[in-house]
Amino acid sequence: MNIHEYQAKALFEKFGVPVPKGAPAKSAAEFDAALASLPEGPTMVKSQIHAGGRGKGTFTDGYKGGVKFCKTKAEALEIAGKMINNTLVTIQTGPAGRKVQTVYFTVASDIKKEYYLAVLLDRASSRPVIVASTEGGVEIEKVAHDTPEKITKIIIDPAYGVADFQLRQVITALELTGNEAKNAAKLIKNLYTMFWETDAAMVEVNPLITTPSGDVLALDAKVSFDSNALYRHPEIVALRDLNEEDPKEIEASKFDLAYIALDGNIACLVNGAGLAMSTMDIIKHFGGNPANFLDVGGGASKDKVVAAFKIILGDANVKGIFVNIFGGIMDCNVIAEGVVEAVKEVGLKLPLVVRLEGNNVAKGKQTLSNSGLALVSGDTMADAAQKIVKLVA
Amino acid sequence: MSILITPQTKILVQGITGAFGAKHAQLSLDYGTQLVAGVTPGKGGQFFEHGAHKVPIFNSVHEAAAATGATVSVIFVPPPFAGDAILECVDAGLDLAVCITEGIPIKDMIRVKRAITGAKTRLIGPNCPGLVTPGTGENSNGGCRIGIAPGYIHKKGHVGVVSRSGTLTYEAVFQITSKGLGQSTSVGIGGDPVNGTNHLDVIKLFNADPDTKGIILIGEIGGNAEVEAARWIKAHCTKPVAGFIAGATAPAGRRMGHAGAIVGGHEDTAAAKIAVFQECGIEVAATPSDMADALLRAAAKKGVSLA
Repeated sequence: MNIHEYQAKALFEKFGVPVPKGAPAKSAAEFDAALASLPEGPTMVKSQIHAGGRGKGTFTDGYKGGVKFCKTKAEALEIAGKMINNTLVTIQTGPAGRKVQTVYFTVASDIKKEYYLAVLLDRASSRPVIVASTEGGVEIEKVAHDTPEKITKIIIDPAYGVADFQLRQVITALELTGNEAKNAAKLIKNLYTMFWETDAAMVEVNPLITTPSGDVLALDAKVSFDSNALYRHPEIVALRDLNEEDPKEIEASKFDLAYIALDGNIACLVNGAGLAMSTMDIIKHFGGNPANFLDVGGGASKDKVVAAFKIILGDANVKGIFVNIFGGIMDCNVIAEGVVEAVKEVGLKLPLVVRLEGNNVAKGKQTLSNSGLALVSGDTMADAAQKIVKLVA
Repeated sequence: MSILITPQTKILVQGITGAFGAKHAQLSLDYGTQLVAGVTPGKGGQFFEHGAHKVPIFNSVHEAAAATGATVSVIFVPPPFAGDAILECVDAGLDLAVCITEGIPIKDMIRVKRAITGAKTRLIGPNCPGLVTPGTGENSNGGCRIGIAPGYIHKKGHVGVVSRSGTLTYEAVFQITSKGLGQSTSVGIGGDPVNGTNHLDVIKLFNADPDTKGIILIGEIGGNAEVEAARWIKAHCTKPVAGFIAGATAPAGRRMGHAGAIVGGHEDTAAAKIAVFQECGIEVAATPSDMADALLRAAAKKGVSLA
């Protein structure tokens, strides 16, 4: 689960990670009050959406830049008016963009130097890792590719937490001394505590900055959480912004279906995550384009299949459907009955290819053929994929 | 032979009285697996009954193992308690703990993994379908079925299968069986980013098992476990290996059902992993329908019979 920058910074403050003073506003009516809480002087105006590349983004009305530096609060007020309720398109949003429903005002800090700092899971060691670099404010993947020696990774023992010598390793790598070193060490330790205590999946600060007066601040904040652990963090669940999620994905989550919308036109309904991924792949392999990832899970009921059908048909781009089931324990006939019921209920007009294999498959195939529905049967996954690609082309 | 488990292996079930655990305990008993004990705290002294089977239930893994000689546990307990269930197996000194539970917080698994480092107990999973060593009876009955995989699609034979995904494991197993071949053991290591046993661990076991003549390695996007396994295969593995990677069309940064199936950078994409497979002499299956055929091609190149 992702949260907005302003929410992440509120958490930072709670855990003792210094950030520039700021205030969010959810409508133009809130601008004055938000700005009144900040001192007069240079102010940043930042569009709050769950996507990167905001500064270089363009609004759908042609206005450029989702993050702006303003010399005065009066200017900030004017700029915020251009952003709120406008739709911002960045390299991460896709062409449709995201509607800006919150604007975040912050004091514009004097920057001495920019750094990169993150805490995440190191999969190879199965432990948390602190990643730090002297190259901040730029894309870290590019730094990792071009100058990997400028990135430092410190693996943390989860039983002990960050050791002091490890803090010194990070500080040395960032070439910090004196007060800056002392402030940065405290910030890093607190950031790790926040990562650990909140069950975060990733905490990224890019850039982390030093100021001419020796302060160390998190100028930006990107935080995501482990969805498996949300049950023990109601305070974080409360930060979820449904406006940032695809309505079809929200609907799917209500039925415990794993659904991810893509931009193709062949919808998939599959059991198992691995099979669901490779169903998308095989559609592409034979020249088609998958419209979604959809895993109905191991114990799918008839109701779940009906719900899944309604969700995939809610995507206007869909021109055909591929149902791919390997019923190991799951009864293929249950899936077949679900498909028949769903098709009758929604009055399907699109081509439908069904591939069933496994437990009680003969009965399942019989249910499909007795239904009188105009569906096509596929023998193997490859056979079925080629059939649906041809029908949609 | 086989790896990790044999038809004689005695297993216990943690969470045998829950609906999911009970259903799969029944299926394992039907398959002929030596399922000798159940564990549900507070229900010790009761019995899990299924047909002619009457399996004793204990309050703890220690008691169950001591009373029945079980050396392997399969865990079906809900996510908030699953990490604790794994630690209990380690404390009881079992050989193997197989955790089926999906949805365990990553932090819990980070701690569990740290706690079990160096312990005698091997962990498989979590979020996995488990393992099957097929038997010699009809539909491979008489084998050892641990977890949630369909037993009947197996056949006793000489192909080792290792995968992060349940349904893709079943696809591979089914294709092998349909060709008249069989499996030594099929192992689902699970779809979580922090797990007990990775591809490489299982590949090493298959390579050392005289009864395994060929290997199917199934992976997906995210992490570098498949790459690590492939490099070892190139250097050390003497047996034919076929590979498949799921998630070529997955968008970056999205979790594809499995908590661990997420593209984080340039090196954990399907394309990058497939390139490493090819470089390491692994026969790549173009689609999941091609997995058994890919292994047959790999075997033919090495002049190895899989029968």
